[in-house]
Amino acid sequence: MEVIQLLISGISQGCVYGLIALGFVLIYKATEMVNFAQGDMMMIGAFVAVTFINILEWPFVWGLLATIGVMAVFGILLERLLLRPMIGEPHFAVLMLTIGLGFILRAVAGAIWGNEPRVLHAPYVGEVWRVGGVIIGADNVAIVLGTLFLCGLLFLFFRFTRLGIAMQAASQNQLAAYYVGIPVKRIFSLVWALSAVIAACAGVLTAPVSLIDPLMGFVGIKAFAAAIVGGFGSLPGAILGGLLVGIVEQFAGLYLPPGFSEVSAYVLLLVMLMVRPAGLFATMQQKKV
Amino acid sequence: MRFVRKTDYAQDVDLFQHNGQRFWYGLLALVVLLAPLALDRFYLGELALVYIYAIAGIGLMLLVGYTGQVSLGHAAFLAIGAYTHAYLLNHGWPLPLALVAATGLTAVVGGIVAIPALRMTGIYLAVATLAFAVIVEQVLTHWVSVTGGFRGMAVPKAEFLVDLSGAGAFYYLCLGSLVVSLLAALNWLRSPTGRALVAVRDSETSAQSMGIHLAYTKGLAFAISAAFTGLAGGLFAHKITYLAPDGFTLIMSIQLLLMVVVGGLGSMHGVIFGAIFIGLLPQGIAIFRDSVPPTIAQIPGLEPGIFGLILVLFLIYEPLGIYGRWCKIRLFFEEFPLYRKATYKKQKSYLRTERLR
Repeated sequence: MEVIQLLISGISQGCVYGLIALGFVLIYKATEMVNFAQGDMMMIGAFVAVTFINILEWPFVWGLLATIGVMAVFGILLERLLLRPMIGEPHFAVLMLTIGLGFILRAVAGAIWGNEPRVLHAPYVGEVWRVGGVIIGADNVAIVLGTLFLCGLLFLFFRFTRLGIAMQAASQNQLAAYYVGIPVKRIFSLVWALSAVIAACAGVLTAPVSLIDPLMGFVGIKAFAAAIVGGFGSLPGAILGGLLVGIVEQFAGLYLPPGFSEVSAYVLLLVMLMVRPAGLFATMQQKKV
Repeated sequence: MRFVRKTDYAQDVDLFQHNGQRFWYGLLALVVLLAPLALDRFYLGELALVYIYAIAGIGLMLLVGYTGQVSLGHAAFLAIGAYTHAYLLNHGWPLPLALVAATGLTAVVGGIVAIPALRMTGIYLAVATLAFAVIVEQVLTHWVSVTGGFRGMAVPKAEFLVDLSGAGAFYYLCLGSLVVSLLAALNWLRSPTGRALVAVRDSETSAQSMGIHLAYTKGLAFAISAAFTGLAGGLFAHKITYLAPDGFTLIMSIQLLLMVVVGGLGSMHGVIFGAIFIGLLPQGIAIFRDSVPPTIAQIPGLEPGIFGLILVLFLIYEPLGIYGRWCKIRLFFEEFPLYRKATYKKQKSYLRTERLR
């Protein structure tokens, strides 16, 4: 029973990691930029949701939709103002830029919404079901269902829409995509918007489980580990890596001495990098000279 | 504009290119040597801190600026140096020996970290070093018998033959360490191994085809970089006098990176400029806090926010850092009426993909 209970909380936590990792991977795949501020974008998304749902008292669904809209605009603005001047700069510079961006977002969130943790009023909070001795919280179920729904949507988007296929083309070869007439820069903006929306969804889904405060974005670093475990650049890999990290973390918290729970994600990462440096789903190839 | 006419091969590897440089650096040496006569305790302490940052910066610059390997975990090396130094001093080792041992141990750890890191590039490396830093932080928190855990660990007074804990004496200790580190780093960079670092940074493929052993070079760079940072850590322990794990977090790593980026990647001048910048920034922020209304000054996380903002602005508008800006200004005056704006213009470039390594 204990094992199943841990598995459930591990899966729901892992889904959150997976969603943030999905945002990382989307941006990396399309633009080859590493967005270290993904966790902080999740934090901003959660706070925007709090503004609509708690403070303005909109119904949950409308609040969620408004949050998605605001975050999409936010993602586009970020790309236009900060990331576009960096096109063609080394990866390292972009990495540093997004780290700086994360600090700025944290300070801005602290200035606007204050530092005390908040709880999002979601309609399903507090409901629990007991199935044969195992307690399943509605918020955990919501996380898993939400993740599944988003993944399905993304799959359909990348498989069947013109825009999705253009995004894949831009991610495979920027220059070639230019040549066949894809507006690569506009695609980059939209990828950032999409990634911000996914981050916002992750924020809203995780809000009932963990409290919302400006520092919640640090989860992003663990999600980053998850993305690499899954093989940076693979969408299913990101979700799988997230699940793996989430589950390992829960079990490490119970069965290993204190302190191991926090580092388990990183130990997993280091082991993965040593054993299989390209991750579970490899997308990198050695260049033939 | 000055043209140096070289008449001897030794001039190519000379530390100073011409007598003008000898004069100015000599003047600078005189100023820093005589600084304790003119400054009071507080400013001497701040200046010593700048020197300590600069030593750590030399380490990070060798790795990031010259070898092109990103590390988000240098706070861990700083912590290892600081804790080792304090632990050994507490067990009765003399100060120079403890400092050397701290440097050596950090170098060994750096070398060990490099082994898995050699197989990675770019972001993978950055994240691996980040993971290493988080693990070290947890070890510091939980290995209570050595590190004191959350309660922390007191650092004994700096003394060797004479008392070194006074502001002036400690200033000279830090200054001496900085000069030695700087000369060591510059000499190393002029050696074949040092040149190999730059070759690895610019193109791994071409470096390899010229017979440079990539793994060995990168590993060495990691170890040496860690050694400098460990030395800085030992001095830093004396500066903060009480060690606790929360002094060596990700923020610290990023502050160190901020230092080399803002100073100017790929030059030792950049390290010094960056260290001065980082050392003076808290004072600047304190003044800023006093001058704005309290509603803004009370924002939590304001300081890291300003750090982040400065980093972003530098990366977008002055990627060459303070040293790059200084070079531009100097060139402007050297070529006075003929300065061309396009000299430093950013070339339009396409990203070199990392997916094909």
